[in-house]
Amino acid sequence: MILDGKCPTGPIEQTWDKHRFDLKLVNPANKRKYNVIVVGTGLAGGAAAASLGELGYNVQAFCYQDSPRRAHSIAAQGGINAAKNYPNDGDSIYRLFYDTIKGGDFRAREADVWRLAQVSNNIIDQCVAQGVPFGRDYAGYLDNRSFGGAQVSRTFFARGQTGQQLLLGAYSALSRQIKLGSVKMYDRREMLDLVVVDGVARGITVRNLVTGEMESYAADAVCLATGGYVNVFYLSTNAMGCSVTANWKAHKKGAFFANPCYTQIHPTCIPQAGDYQSKLTLMSESLRNDGRVWVPKKKEDCSKHPAEIAEDDRDYYLERKYPSYGNLAPRDIASRAAKEQCDDGRGVGPGGRGVYLDFEDSIKRLGEDTIRERYGNLFEMYEKITDENGYKRPMRMYPAPHYSMGGLWVDYNLMSNIPGLFVLGEANFSVHGANRLGASALMQGLADGYFVIPYTIGGYLATVKPGQVKTDHAEFKKSTEDVTAEQNKYLSINGKKTVFEFMREVGGLMWENCGMARTKESLETNLKKIPALREEFWKNVKVTGSGSELNQQLENAGRTADFLEFSELMCRDALHRNESCGGHFRSEFQDAGEAQRDDVNFCYVGAWEYKGDNKTPELHKEPLKFDNVHLAVRSYK
Amino acid sequence: MSDHKTMTLTLIVWRQKKANDPGKFETYTAKNITEHHSFLEMLDCVNEDLIHTGKDPIVFDHDCREGICGMCSQVINGAPHGGQDRTTVCQLHMRKFKDGDTIYIEPWRARAFPIIRDLIVDRSALDKIIQAGGYTSCHTGGVADGNAILIPKPVADEAMDAAECVGCGACVAGCPNGSAMLFTGAKVSQLAILPQGKGEAATRVKNMTNTMTECGFGNCSNHYECMAACPKGINVKFIARMNREFIKALIV
Repeated sequence: MILDGKCPTGPIEQTWDKHRFDLKLVNPANKRKYNVIVVGTGLAGGAAAASLGELGYNVQAFCYQDSPRRAHSIAAQGGINAAKNYPNDGDSIYRLFYDTIKGGDFRAREADVWRLAQVSNNIIDQCVAQGVPFGRDYAGYLDNRSFGGAQVSRTFFARGQTGQQLLLGAYSALSRQIKLGSVKMYDRREMLDLVVVDGVARGITVRNLVTGEMESYAADAVCLATGGYVNVFYLSTNAMGCSVTANWKAHKKGAFFANPCYTQIHPTCIPQAGDYQSKLTLMSESLRNDGRVWVPKKKEDCSKHPAEIAEDDRDYYLERKYPSYGNLAPRDIASRAAKEQCDDGRGVGPGGRGVYLDFEDSIKRLGEDTIRERYGNLFEMYEKITDENGYKRPMRMYPAPHYSMGGLWVDYNLMSNIPGLFVLGEANFSVHGANRLGASALMQGLADGYFVIPYTIGGYLATVKPGQVKTDHAEFKKSTEDVTAEQNKYLSINGKKTVFEFMREVGGLMWENCGMARTKESLETNLKKIPALREEFWKNVKVTGSGSELNQQLENAGRTADFLEFSELMCRDALHRNESCGGHFRSEFQDAGEAQRDDVNFCYVGAWEYKGDNKTPELHKEPLKFDNVHLAVRSYK
Repeated sequence: MSDHKTMTLTLIVWRQKKANDPGKFETYTAKNITEHHSFLEMLDCVNEDLIHTGKDPIVFDHDCREGICGMCSQVINGAPHGGQDRTTVCQLHMRKFKDGDTIYIEPWRARAFPIIRDLIVDRSALDKIIQAGGYTSCHTGGVADGNAILIPKPVADEAMDAAECVGCGACVAGCPNGSAMLFTGAKVSQLAILPQGKGEAATRVKNMTNTMTECGFGNCSNHYECMAACPKGINVKFIARMNREFIKALIV
């Protein structure tokens, strides 16, 4: 099937404005007749629930944490982009649009990206009005910093806690609506199924994580803002509870999964210390504003104290390879370059898995106080984890899985191929193409939640009669029974391996064979090993306790079972895409270490349709057209 | 890393199956722990052993494991988050302990935070305080340009100092009165310092402090235990600021 993203046509500058006018409206008095479910309360979900509640819809919002304020958006450190051009350095909506298309290696839709760039400025204004304490100068004006993949300073920040402050802004707006009664909040609930009736999304089945009870919720539209899936690698910068479960359950109910092989490996994370480790910690890309990345030129220097390595014996490889962007090369490129140095035997620290991020020059130039002012919390975090002082000794960094550009397929209205199912933020595939630029995830989450879904969901709801399906419908009963049966299965196996052991194993396979670099051979290996591991899981997993209580193992068992299925799709997608682009690097397709795209054969969105357990999924394509930014080899040299 | 010496520790952990169960301390041994383990990774290892022997693992709240989500919440040897300066449990590393140590692990204990299971408590009372007024009543869209209101850096910085609160509730757990004054004071102050929040300052402080009392939190009697326990170092001056805002609100 050739998929249609239903993007508006005409001059790109007018697309969103024209589309907004063309969308149908729901009369204010009728809005309260419609129920909308929002799953996930991060930037996209929190902003959507608050904005939809304010418009007058009846919103039911869900999160698995104990409070909507804890969604993993909170961990974003560095900043949020907007095309304000406050520094007068040549920025514009068009430039942000251009940078994002190019940064995504020409694998995103132009119209979606244009809209994102256009509303980016509204986001900053909105957050300021909410009381988000963005960094400011002494005169009181908003301050900016630089991020990778751009030659202008367009990143707004709140110390090293930008995600936290933006999320608390959205959470405060959401709290206001909860108090007003327009949003009903359900915390400690995990979505375990999407309920589809006659091809239309009608609700969800969730597990109450405190009591273990299954609960059904019906609505006229369901919005998934359930984040990304890079915990498929087991070790990632994501929170422990981040999973593919909500998206995967929707996929199994018919929603297409687009570009699952596009995953972002962030270049600056604290290297792994041991096998017991449960997660990796990111150090903001903003550090590359003032830190210089290097490795020793000579292999024999790798074990020396960095201070003993002479300036001439250091290889500032990003500055050498990409002189015009230098240390601010985009993430995919910086990560691959780090891997290349380490694979060449010039990595530092345990196992040779690390490169230096050095602040010596900046401290000399600006003073330690200025560096502390800019990044103090990051240096503190680094010291807590590694017991090393980043002011005195260069930090050690290694790439780690961080973000998923792929996600459920949506059209321009953020609606999936299932009518009534909308997908927002990281959970969808729409704007980042094959690589996301730094400080763009926060922008997308809030754009989708505050400024896109409030319009586009109206366009859909105006065409449907409210309240057609209630939770007494047979499909809700069936969904609850299916989910309960699955839970009981986990508990009944009583095998020998824990859920963590399985997750570590599948994560290891994914990192090894479908990580920063992939080959036909490595992917085929995974396509054999993953089904075998999955089979073992269903025979040998051990989950203690019962389903009718708070049971964290049971929660993790479900998430792991879904990763064991999803990982196979990810490998399949990576195997079919015989090119390298952005975060998807197939070693066979390269030009001296740089990704080699194949626009003739692969300039499309690959969206997979679920065909049943252990059946080969079907690939659908949505061709990508570039009318404004011309397809070119992406160069940062 | 394998080249490091490992530790063996005795853990005395609060176990409680349900809210209304009595609960009790149980003793466990943590083996093969290195200085690089985080405290939660140490508990992961203990739990893996428990699962292998068919026992129920210790249940605790955690999520981001990088000190920002505010989910983790344990009283370690009597101190919320373990007593290391400005550190959440998830960022506490085992190098702060030594081989042979005995460690007591308990949940947050406060009237307003009923225990759900083991080390997990119900902190929804904190959400209720925010719902009572921890926001500016702006609408989505239709707001002024971000630079329309100038906020000089020292003002923005002070608001940010207050805004750093992660809402973990350690301040409540650390306070002998189970007070949420630091939590509430931080939000009241952030929004009272910024021009955007001034318009509603009076109603906000009244509604938030009323809700605080209704939820069963105690009052402040200047012990400053909250500030000592706070993983973000939120200063008690924000409690003083809230008190001033409250008095102003009564006059207005």
